[in-house]
Amino acid sequence: MSKYQVNEKGYYGPFGGAYIPEMLYPNVEELQKKYLEIMQEESFQQEFQDLLKDYVGRPSPLYLAKRLSARYGANIFLKREDLNHTGAHKINNTIGQILLAERLGKKRIIAETGAGQHGVATATVCALKGLECVVYMGEIDIQRQAPNVARMKMMGATVVAAQSGSKTLKDATNEALRDWINNPVDTHYIIGSVVGPHPYPDLVARFQSIISEEAKKQLAEKTGNSLPDYVLACVGGGSNAAGMFYHFLEDENVQLIAVEAAGQGVNSGESAATTALGQEGVLHGSRSILMQTDDGQVVEPYSISAGLDYPGIGPQHAWLYKSGRGKYVSITDDEAMQAGLLLTKLEGIIPAIESSHALAYLEKMKFQGHENVVICLSGRGDKDLDNYMKYFGF
Amino acid sequence: MQVEDTLKNDTSKELLSIYYTAGYPHLDSTLAIAEKLEQAGADFLEIGFPYSDPVADGPVIQHSSEVALKNGMTLQLLFQQLQTLRSKVSIPVFMMGYFNTVLQYGVENFCKSCQEVGVNGAIIPDLPMYEYEELYQEIFERYGISNIFLVTPQTSPERIKKIDQLSNSFIYVLSSNATTGKNLEVGEQAEQYFQRLKDMNLTNPLVIGFGISDKHTFQKATTYAKGAIIGSAFVRLLKEENAMENIIPFIQSIKNP
Repeated sequence: MSKYQVNEKGYYGPFGGAYIPEMLYPNVEELQKKYLEIMQEESFQQEFQDLLKDYVGRPSPLYLAKRLSARYGANIFLKREDLNHTGAHKINNTIGQILLAERLGKKRIIAETGAGQHGVATATVCALKGLECVVYMGEIDIQRQAPNVARMKMMGATVVAAQSGSKTLKDATNEALRDWINNPVDTHYIIGSVVGPHPYPDLVARFQSIISEEAKKQLAEKTGNSLPDYVLACVGGGSNAAGMFYHFLEDENVQLIAVEAAGQGVNSGESAATTALGQEGVLHGSRSILMQTDDGQVVEPYSISAGLDYPGIGPQHAWLYKSGRGKYVSITDDEAMQAGLLLTKLEGIIPAIESSHALAYLEKMKFQGHENVVICLSGRGDKDLDNYMKYFGF
Repeated sequence: MQVEDTLKNDTSKELLSIYYTAGYPHLDSTLAIAEKLEQAGADFLEIGFPYSDPVADGPVIQHSSEVALKNGMTLQLLFQQLQTLRSKVSIPVFMMGYFNTVLQYGVENFCKSCQEVGVNGAIIPDLPMYEYEELYQEIFERYGISNIFLVTPQTSPERIKKIDQLSNSFIYVLSSNATTGKNLEVGEQAEQYFQRLKDMNLTNPLVIGFGISDKHTFQKATTYAKGAIIGSAFVRLLKEENAMENIIPFIQSIKNP
């Protein structure tokens, strides 16, 4: 048993668990008991692999970005999750979970979404399988992300505005949990990140682990060594990072760098740098690190990137941080936007602003010229054009 | 007053418990409401401490929590307000809220403060049984604070028995698998579930909550249980003008034959 993976009680070190009201217990217990068994079934694996290949377009390329490499003096490889169907890594998880939901006999799917990427990925797999889909989205996010709302609706999903609290991602998650409480029998909740009660952090990480599984093989083919010196990924809740780190966790010589969003600066009061600003606590069913007041009220985070402004991180990340296995750093809005533009100009790839945070950290690293670096390019920037345009005045 | 006197007596008296959120509608209304409720004939109380992300609650209690937080309510302030609780109120009082607030206050600190002000127990819906047993039971018991568990129609008999063993005041029976504030419809299924619980002859008395809002639902619930809890319907009343004056008529409309 790896010390970085979940134990039989649902914990990563002191983090994780299932801090849920009794009303959610039967659903969560059912998942806890069945997820591993179902995921190991041959028919499940077959269908999962087929869909990842023919529907999502995997394996996603591992691309040696030569001009970017020349600029920083290292061999920089981009894991191209941006080339997946629907434009981000989110689909890896929703494909896995829809197959799980089918095998659990669920007829109705619910999900939360912030910027809409996970909502779109969920609506997509529900269309694929002909299942009812309800997506909770903060009222404010619905206004900010009209194209993604339209995509979900085109695919037949019902988008419900979360009007409680701050009307953003954490409130959408609360609403989805409330829906699940009120619909305990026929509904499966597809959580979009490595958060939530056990077994969600583990099951989402497993579905996303395809990212590092492929990257390891691809790196071996390209360099003769499956292990890079550094692996970088951005962290909101942390699903792309969990997938990108997964198969490197035991290779202690590989330095894992998780990049959080500092917003307008870690101490500006407008930030989402959870490890820098948070304390241990419980949110959305697991014990982790979260941004909160002394009284334990959850603080609303800020980042220019809608995918990173979550007030917590998944419990596995909290453990990687606390145990020192991962290095957790943060990047401001400005640094991320510049890094996004740089990649666009040097490589002709417009990254999602989330992914730009990981790219921006290259500026802060010192290389000797021979290091191999893998960065998870978690999504494409199409959804962020508005933001890029406003920021740079194109 | 000892919890046992109220909850475990042998009389056939049906117990009415009221939930309300501390700091709502006004920051300093907590104790005044408690006094009024005792005067009106409520048998025990649940005082909610507000949390920013109350996932088990419907719109009414969510709203009261939001207002209470805006008013400046914190767990620390609430315990200060409750310093004079026992000079004013003698019926059992439980505190209800979410685990993160308790965790930041410190679980031991929380139990100690409860003991100091004379709170009898706590209802923390998102503190799971496993964690309670493993990490916190000893602390709760050391300070004589009861931890109240919830059961739902989906809770297995084995789990209910375990909950009964771990409890020492009452078992909070959810009328249905739902968030707070839905109306109770006692159909055949619900009656079977209540009957099933009643037939288990558990050590702890059963108190039914969620969906109880008036005399009719109160009477239905207490056919099967020792008592019932009204939350959202009472919090809604607090929003009205002259709320304080309406408390006594509200309680009497439920309790009087």
